[in-house]
Amino acid sequence: MSAPQGSVRQQTLLWVAQRASAAVLALCVAVHLATLIYAVRGGLSAAEILARTHANVVWLVFYTVFVLAAAVHVPIGLRPVLAEWAGWRGRSSDAALLGFAMLITWMGLRAVAAVFA
Amino acid sequence: MSRLKVRVWRGSGEGRFESFEVPRHASQTVLDVVTYIQRVLDPTLAYRFACRVGMCGSCAMTVNGIPRWTCRTHVDVALKDRGELAIAPLRNLPVIRDLVTDMTAFFDKWAQAKGGFQGSRTRREPFHAIAPEKESRKRVDAAIECIGCAVCYSACDVVARNPGYLGPAALNRAWTLVNDERDAARAERLRAVAGDAGCHACHTHVSCTERCPKQLSPTAAIAGLKRETARAALRGEL
Repeated sequence: MSAPQGSVRQQTLLWVAQRASAAVLALCVAVHLATLIYAVRGGLSAAEILARTHANVVWLVFYTVFVLAAAVHVPIGLRPVLAEWAGWRGRSSDAALLGFAMLITWMGLRAVAAVFA
Repeated sequence: MSRLKVRVWRGSGEGRFESFEVPRHASQTVLDVVTYIQRVLDPTLAYRFACRVGMCGSCAMTVNGIPRWTCRTHVDVALKDRGELAIAPLRNLPVIRDLVTDMTAFFDKWAQAKGGFQGSRTRREPFHAIAPEKESRKRVDAAIECIGCAVCYSACDVVARNPGYLGPAALNRAWTLVNDERDAARAERLRAVAGDAGCHACHTHVSCTERCPKQLSPTAAIAGLKRETARAALRGEL
């Protein structure tokens, strides 16, 4: 048996969080890709794109949600990868993954702030 | 009469394949081949079987890399385009000797998953009637025919990587009881099958469903358990 990693309820809620964040990501990735393709179709430059995202609250909210969903989704998905492929289970693994979630959040929100500011 | 080349796993922890040649017959099963080897060529060969008709679940082995019930697997099917058979014990279980595995962990996990029915009525009370057309009853029907052969357990890559994982058969059994309205241990059972060693460890590779000789879908059962345990967790009942 693996080392205890929180209660069964917590483990189940992690699964729920991953499913919920996956649903959000499915929408975000679709909108992101569609916008990307649309934006570069007419040959917009980086400066022109930044001019459109600057001070735009809609894009600020959209990409903040995107970053938070990714920060929830990715570490939970990495958890069984670490357990099954590297044999890394238990509190230390969960602590490392929490750190990774915070890193993704920080880096992502920094990028969101950069295109908004 | 044509001959069939067969390689059979011998030994336990340290083992090797040993080659035999057996007479080839029409409609010959893999179990026929193993039985011929044991009765005619080498009486020291250890293997397990009982009913020979696909009911008891004791003769499962790995045949040309695929876990199968050998009594109902024709040599033709197992051979496909290969010229010879390679017969080995089931994967993911310790080998006792030759083709016999120790299935203790497999059945212990049924108990851990609360695989035993727990009724709430006494014998003096009337029967609890359940209409056959009821949805919960249909879900039980779809999963109930498991013969405990451990083919799914052997086919599962999550069992191989996560030894604590309860596995498809135990979870499938738990699903039949979760849908059994007579059962009184639902909350306990959902707790037993949730989390890192339970249904949430399943990656939905579907190997169990692909290999199940009874054509059950433990994958669907596990998905059902994921939904039910998630509901219970969100309500604070887990």
